[in-house]
Amino acid sequence: MENPVLNINHLTVRYGKTCEYCRNGGELDKNTCPHCKTVWACNDVNVSLYEGEILGIVGESGSGKSTLMKSLYFDFDITEGEGYLKNFEDGKSDIFAQSLQQKKYIKNHIMGMVYQNPMLGLRMDYSGAGNIAEKLIAAGHRSYDGMNERVVELLDAVEILQSRKKEPPKNFSGGMQQRVQISKALANNPAILLLDEVTTGLDLSVQAKVLELIRKIRQEFHISIMLVSHDLAVIRMLADRTIVMLDGKIIEQGLTDQILDDPQMPYTQQLVHSLL
Amino acid sequence: MAYVAVTGGKEAIEQSLKLLEIFRQSDEELSVKCIRENMGLLIDKIMSEAGFYSEEYAALALKQCEGSVEEAVFLLRAYRSTLPRNYYSNAIDTADMRLIRRISAAFKDIPGGQILGPTYDYSHRLLDFSLEDGQEQEKASDTITDEPEKAISEEISGEDIRCQRVTDLLKAEHVLADVPPDDTPPFDVTSNLITFPAPRSARLQTFARSDAGFLGGVAYSSMRGYGAVHPTVSELRCGYVEVCVPYVMDEDEEICIGEILVTEVEALVPSHTETEEEFDKMTLSGGYGLIFGRNENKAIAMSIADASLEKPGDTPSQDEEFVLTHGDCLEMSGFISHLKLPHYVTFQSKLDRVRTKEEV
Amino acid sequence: MIDEKHYNFAFLDEGSKREIRRSILKAVAIPGYQVPFGSRELPIGRGWGTGGIQITLSIIGREDVLKVIDQGSDESVNAVNIKKLVEECTGVEITTDSEKASVIQSRHRIPEIPMRNDQILVLQVPTPEPLRIVEPREAVTKQMHAEAEYSGMWLSLYEDLTQYGEISISSEYPVMVENRYVMNPSPIPRYDNQKLKDSETLYLFGAGREKKIYAIPPHTEVVSMCFDDVPFRTENFEGKHCRLCGATGVYLDEIIDEKTGEKVYECSDTGFCSGRRERIS
Repeated sequence: MENPVLNINHLTVRYGKTCEYCRNGGELDKNTCPHCKTVWACNDVNVSLYEGEILGIVGESGSGKSTLMKSLYFDFDITEGEGYLKNFEDGKSDIFAQSLQQKKYIKNHIMGMVYQNPMLGLRMDYSGAGNIAEKLIAAGHRSYDGMNERVVELLDAVEILQSRKKEPPKNFSGGMQQRVQISKALANNPAILLLDEVTTGLDLSVQAKVLELIRKIRQEFHISIMLVSHDLAVIRMLADRTIVMLDGKIIEQGLTDQILDDPQMPYTQQLVHSLL
Repeated sequence: MAYVAVTGGKEAIEQSLKLLEIFRQSDEELSVKCIRENMGLLIDKIMSEAGFYSEEYAALALKQCEGSVEEAVFLLRAYRSTLPRNYYSNAIDTADMRLIRRISAAFKDIPGGQILGPTYDYSHRLLDFSLEDGQEQEKASDTITDEPEKAISEEISGEDIRCQRVTDLLKAEHVLADVPPDDTPPFDVTSNLITFPAPRSARLQTFARSDAGFLGGVAYSSMRGYGAVHPTVSELRCGYVEVCVPYVMDEDEEICIGEILVTEVEALVPSHTETEEEFDKMTLSGGYGLIFGRNENKAIAMSIADASLEKPGDTPSQDEEFVLTHGDCLEMSGFISHLKLPHYVTFQSKLDRVRTKEEV
Repeated sequence: MIDEKHYNFAFLDEGSKREIRRSILKAVAIPGYQVPFGSRELPIGRGWGTGGIQITLSIIGREDVLKVIDQGSDESVNAVNIKKLVEECTGVEITTDSEKASVIQSRHRIPEIPMRNDQILVLQVPTPEPLRIVEPREAVTKQMHAEAEYSGMWLSLYEDLTQYGEISISSEYPVMVENRYVMNPSPIPRYDNQKLKDSETLYLFGAGREKKIYAIPPHTEVVSMCFDDVPFRTENFEGKHCRLCGATGVYLDEIIDEKTGEKVYECSDTGFCSGRRERIS
């Protein structure tokens, strides 16, 4: 646990102009300034992700957990903060300060993302194989047979039948769509996998299969995973460590068992007890 | 093999042009003057879509092409390409318009008053059989007095009416956001490729020349629900404005080179603005339309299309690139009609692909 | 109809022609890049080759010799129509002999006889944007070119291969120019793509309706986009020959013989075909 693959320092994502009051740390109404209505979606967040671990992030909707995740994948522009990746220039350059090209490089080579909504992560009208190949093409692959071999491997890894690779994801069930997203995210052997509420909305039996798959992938691919979920059962099953977010801030973090069995903060206690 | 026959294309074209002349033949030749005076609204439509103000040439074009609007617009645009641009006019002051018609749907009483002017709005659309050939004379003599010409011209020109815009009143009250004057040289869509996001000047120029039917469809879709703009017409005014160019010897002076007839519309829609004091203040904002000639529906449609692009959203009327690239009469008719050209080579290539796929 | 009293030499006014020539120079300087220009309206329909005609009118001088072809044919109605316009407003010599011409304007074909360094080929383009098939918005495709972000294009090729085992693009097959810009070679058949690479002649592409000019200068690297292990394939005319001149290894038009109902073939390049026949007889 000494070796962080990712460090995020003082990350803030803000929408609005801000005013004297909220800039000086005045109390907010949830995450919104009562005076100027500026939304502080992420407010001075510090996170480290260690090699090979699964880090869970819990919180209700509006807590900033998805914003954090999507900012990391450069889907949102951040307002302030820095980020360092071990696999990018030896962790010496701030990833948020990079050019568009460099950010694309990071997205295609070092990170993989699975969205809650498969529409965001997949081209619904292209074939499943094409969806995976897109990531390979973006990383510079130009051998058709080479890409196909990789597609076969990846589909096997997420247990999708080869016979269905020509079908578009719109024909697939929700669980299958998530598995295509996962295989796409893994295409270029990234160091980090970002999972945003990947099992939300799926049937329980399907959920269980996807969770099992994630566990298997962590071992097979030796990958570090950041997992956002509002579902404590998912967190308990997968996460080694857990961060609790509320109104854009981290309020508690530690080993998952410790957080769930002996929560220190009143909000976490409430969260744990309401669900157990 | 028809028209691509290896030889004979030249002769076929010549014969085709002769046939056109035959189709245009009539015992009664229409004079350019007659078209210009009898078909005023058609002339205005053509001038607006061509972006070329000349009643004389518009009438000539109409005579030449059997009255086809798209062909007439085409003729004027092509002719325009041959003319060097000698001047850019100064901005026209529509507040100083010599009005023939002016209405407001927003207020009953407006300073200067409402002027109904010439409009079909309140006419009953009944075919007037008294206009049939041979009966025109009698009808005319019924309504017009001893000195017909003088009576009509007095009726039309009337007195010289000019007045303030309705929006000036609203701006004074601060319900309409006051827009600071912007003297940036306008983008010129006739000599530059428009890029997106486009400056408003490029947008307004494009709309002013748009196909009236296309623009009407865009505006109608927005009003019906594919969009959010159902505006109030603050003012529709139609009249003559002076066109002036800078005087060569002294740029501060200007020379009037003539008058043109235009229709102007200012439409109002509710909007939200962010101010220093208030995060979300309700105000009114405007959509603008200015078209050559008497072209009321197109001017209103333009103001709606303009306002639509100010509002964020996903409907067709709010898609800037979509509405600004698909409305030009010449471009749309040119690209549609090009399908009549032979495509043998590309079709052969397509056949090759289809056949290969079958083999696979 | 086009008299000197009412119209300038080569129809357009001198200012417009100069402006278009400047765009052409920029296009030559950045091979494959689409240069926006203030496209003028012409007496011929937008979509009927006005981009090519504006280039021709802007570069043509009184000593030039012009050849115009459409679908490879000198006599097709569109070619005749364009020739007639240029002839009337310039008085230049018109030819069907591609070796005699100094400027050749063409739609959908590149002549069979390799063009020389002292000639210019002007191609008419309906849709200059090669990425339009993957992205409809100009604002987005412009950015894609700026970033050389062509994965969408590659993906569509991959999809074709996966679904059909073949790339389905027939004509206007996209090319990569100098390893930088993806370019639409205009709707020429794939067979003609190879002539763009390292050629002796200057290729100018004009899109009037879409208001773009682009160029391939002589000796430019032009590669038809394809995966490393999937060969680019041109139209296949193996075992077929022109019924008029007997040529093989050229682009052929497929024709149904009116009498016998059989499928027969003729050279698509009619100037090339008649030249061969003259030499044979």
